[in-house]
Amino acid sequence: MKLLECPVNGVRPLSEFTYGGEYRDMPDPDTCSDKEWAAYVHYRAGAPGLKKEWWYHGPSGTWFIAERNTLTDKVSRTYIAGQEESK
Amino acid sequence: MTSRIAKKRGEWINRDKPLTFEYEGQQVQGYEGDTISSALWANGIRVLGRSFKYHRARGLLSFANHDVNALMTDGEDTNIRADVWPVSNGMQLAAVNTEGGVLKDKNKYIDHLSPFLPVGFYYKTFYKPKRLFPFWEDKIRKAAGLGKVNFNYPRIIKPKRYAHCDVLIIGAGAAGLSAAINAAAEGFNVILVDENRQAGGSLSYDHAGEQAAADTLNTLLEAVEAEKNIRLITDAYAGGYYGDHLVPIVEKSGITKVRAQTVIVAAGVFEQPPVFRYNDLPGVMLGSATQRLVHRYAVKPFDKGVVVTANDHGYRTALDLASVGTEVVAVIDMRADGASQELTQKVKDKGIAVHKGSCIYEAVPTKGKLGVKEVVVCPYNETTAEADTSRSVRLVCDGVAMSAGWAPAGALLYQAGTKMRYDNDLEQFVPGELPEGVFAAGKVNGVFDLKARLQDGRRAAGEAMNYLGKAVSVDTVKPVSMARPSHPYPIVNHPKGKNFVDFDEDIQVKDFINAAKEGFDNIELMKRFTTVGMGPSQGKHSNMNAIRILARIRQLPVEKIGTTTARPFFHPTPIGHLGGRGFHPHRYTAMHQWHVDNGGEMMDAGIWLRPAFYAPQGSGLTASEAVQQETLAVRNAVGMIDGSTLGKIEVFGPDAAAFLERFYTGKFVDQKVGGSRIAMLLDEAGVMVDDGVAVRMADEQFYVSTNSSNAATVYREMQRNVQLWGMQVTLVNLTGAMAAMTVAGPESRSVVATLTDIDVSAEAMPDGAFRSGQVAGVDARVMRVSFVADLAFEIHVPYKAGLHVWKSLIEAGQSAGIRPFGTDAQRLLRLEMGHHLVSHDTDGLTNPFEAHSDSLVKMDKPFFIGKRSLQILAKKPLGKKLTTFVLEPGFNGELPQECNLVIDAGNNITGRVTSISFSRHLNRHIGFAFVPPEQSSAGSGFQIRTDSGAMVAATACEAPFFHLLESKGE
Repeated sequence: MKLLECPVNGVRPLSEFTYGGEYRDMPDPDTCSDKEWAAYVHYRAGAPGLKKEWWYHGPSGTWFIAERNTLTDKVSRTYIAGQEESK
Repeated sequence: MTSRIAKKRGEWINRDKPLTFEYEGQQVQGYEGDTISSALWANGIRVLGRSFKYHRARGLLSFANHDVNALMTDGEDTNIRADVWPVSNGMQLAAVNTEGGVLKDKNKYIDHLSPFLPVGFYYKTFYKPKRLFPFWEDKIRKAAGLGKVNFNYPRIIKPKRYAHCDVLIIGAGAAGLSAAINAAAEGFNVILVDENRQAGGSLSYDHAGEQAAADTLNTLLEAVEAEKNIRLITDAYAGGYYGDHLVPIVEKSGITKVRAQTVIVAAGVFEQPPVFRYNDLPGVMLGSATQRLVHRYAVKPFDKGVVVTANDHGYRTALDLASVGTEVVAVIDMRADGASQELTQKVKDKGIAVHKGSCIYEAVPTKGKLGVKEVVVCPYNETTAEADTSRSVRLVCDGVAMSAGWAPAGALLYQAGTKMRYDNDLEQFVPGELPEGVFAAGKVNGVFDLKARLQDGRRAAGEAMNYLGKAVSVDTVKPVSMARPSHPYPIVNHPKGKNFVDFDEDIQVKDFINAAKEGFDNIELMKRFTTVGMGPSQGKHSNMNAIRILARIRQLPVEKIGTTTARPFFHPTPIGHLGGRGFHPHRYTAMHQWHVDNGGEMMDAGIWLRPAFYAPQGSGLTASEAVQQETLAVRNAVGMIDGSTLGKIEVFGPDAAAFLERFYTGKFVDQKVGGSRIAMLLDEAGVMVDDGVAVRMADEQFYVSTNSSNAATVYREMQRNVQLWGMQVTLVNLTGAMAAMTVAGPESRSVVATLTDIDVSAEAMPDGAFRSGQVAGVDARVMRVSFVADLAFEIHVPYKAGLHVWKSLIEAGQSAGIRPFGTDAQRLLRLEMGHHLVSHDTDGLTNPFEAHSDSLVKMDKPFFIGKRSLQILAKKPLGKKLTTFVLEPGFNGELPQECNLVIDAGNNITGRVTSISFSRHLNRHIGFAFVPPEQSSAGSGFQIRTDSGAMVAATACEAPFFHLLESKGE
């Protein structure tokens, strides 16, 4: 992958982006067990496949979610977090 | 003696521009346009180099940028590829990898030792006795390697270039030219690259003694020239395939990164040598190499030669050789059935004998193995790969042309993820399943007939255009029935070996058999054990034969053996090309030039340049003396540091305070306007990431600083969390927009007071207070801080006013003895104050409990990043604690360094030093160390082991360290 589509700015070269880690839903810190929290903080699913990832477009300061298949390195769609339906 | 022949149509040399150069001390004549090899060959010079391992004499082999036995040095550059590098006037060349000249190479004795040097011998031989290994290592290192690296090589700045196109076509042979013309005609923007100096591919040399190919080429080139949409780049190779069709095009001047919408690989095929004893002698070369010599450089490859072949291309070669007056004694065809009646007759008509079902059993060398004297021809059994030596014939000749088959130049296809399949009719790997937007055409796609290649180029262009959304009709290319281009097993066994498979590394047939016997019978293992394909040509002439040999050893079909993927770059590429122009952007603070003018020793601090200390010219100050003087100035009078590199972020909005409370560990909702609070950032695991200061400028406006190195990351994380939490907050990164400076020391108040309308008295402006006002006539934000000294003022002004305010403060401080100080003094000053630096004294696992920062963590808040992890950590005993420590008064032994270990009585590692410095102010060595919690309370002793192994006693001590002065009664 050398190009990535920023939902705001369109397709831009990868050098303008910063990877922000896998997107994971945070468990409720008030109700989850220590074990659940530790798993959320420390465990990552390493198996290749479709992942939701945080990406940051530096020049415009845009954070967004990319759905990327880490096996084929193909991004199926990108969207601003919380605006998934718009894409 | 010259082998240059009369002018050939389309030749690449310019006979109007003769030139002279030197090879191994001998004057050589050539023409502009000659390569080193062609000029040498034209002058009858046949020994162009020595082989890597056995130091055997070698001449031309491929003449296609993988003649890695003919590598030259001109004294400055090394490993110059003679087969492709152009000659220039006055060059002084010598072959690399020889001792005492290429003809008399003293290392040629190694060839006689070859029976004792099978592959892998050095893995097994030299590892014991262990004490002798350094001796052998030295010998091997001297023997290995080719040219000598020139450490005085000039730095040549290479450009970084980018290009974009609709269709990138790699290879300007028949298929590539046809594809380019067809795509450009439909309005697409085409880049066409070819590694040769002129376009044409095999059309420029594979003529079979006729004019048709040259005519076709002329027509194609005229069409390309007339087409504005085609940019033809010759003398340039596609270095590799990267994602989203990014292909670096490598020229002598540097690399252009081409981003294409679609890529057509029409890179052709590499001719593969048949394998027989002494197939490496100078004068034995590939058929296509002889054709290139003839048609591109007008050089007769040899006077009296034979052609050994396993396909029809050998016949075409024989016709080309005959056309320039080479006496072709015979075509020796390894195929039992030979070629078609028509082709055979054409060759026979030239007076050339044709021996079907025969092979060259061995080539017989001249004295010193510097050339061919004759070849031994025997009947050949294609099934067993054995020659029938009972019926041998000797043919006198001075050269052999070899044509046994082809391997696809498919490196980029492999890199793009193409699934290749083995075609049993062609006996060649061809693209099976191509990745999206990548197409193949021509010989690399298994299409050999000239007309069919032109059609295949059009077909690939059509598919590429369809991929780009243009509906054009695509005609499939009808297969042309023709003789198999490649032989399935062009190997001739010989009991005495020296039948070379890999000319880079001198690997013979028996080496593969031995490797398999040792258990290395998988292609990847065999490659590593024998090193086949690992030389500079990366297997371009050897991998295919290696696969065939391994398939036969394992009695498996070739496709079951598989191939190895040639990684980028396609040809060796100078490091300077990859580095490109030195492009390290630096940010300068507003006061940068002042620092430089006043002796600032500028150091990298992230992307910024900051003065480490000031040693003005003529001051005679050493670094450590400068640092101590700067530190003392702050302690005793006043100093000033440029702090513009601090991250500076404004947080606005109704949710600004609530946002900071979620983001940082502290409380901000109840923070008073005009006050500042520590802003400590954790990650989700509760690890300390950053500490800065948050100032409340108004109810809905905060001004937050971060550590210099974290400015970008903290801002980024803020942005992410604003979005994630959906809060009404606006962020503005003022890091570059604001200059900042800290005036510190007992006299700092009086210095600042002279320039500002703000009441900076102790009563009006206590520690931590923030005020807006004027400093030196400029709108400024002023903060009482105590990072480097008890009394200090941090002054933030717009970037453009930075230098003015700085200079004004320096001037105002003259009478008080103000000194600028750098980052080194700042480190010592904060150490004296007992302030740790996040990510210097802490690491990627340190939580606040371990770094005496419990008070900054407001666990009663409903949420902040890392809180849930801290709740878990709080239940566990601490494993380590960061403590301040001192060494004994008057310590003058070996000073412990940062990262030296804390060792307990049982010789266990229990901690480490994170900071250590001598403080002249305190006259003591002071520092930070991680120690077990029980040793962290003041007065506890522990031992630090220095680099040399000496143990140094240290004592945990309260911070700030200034109580040490009182205890001395000063």
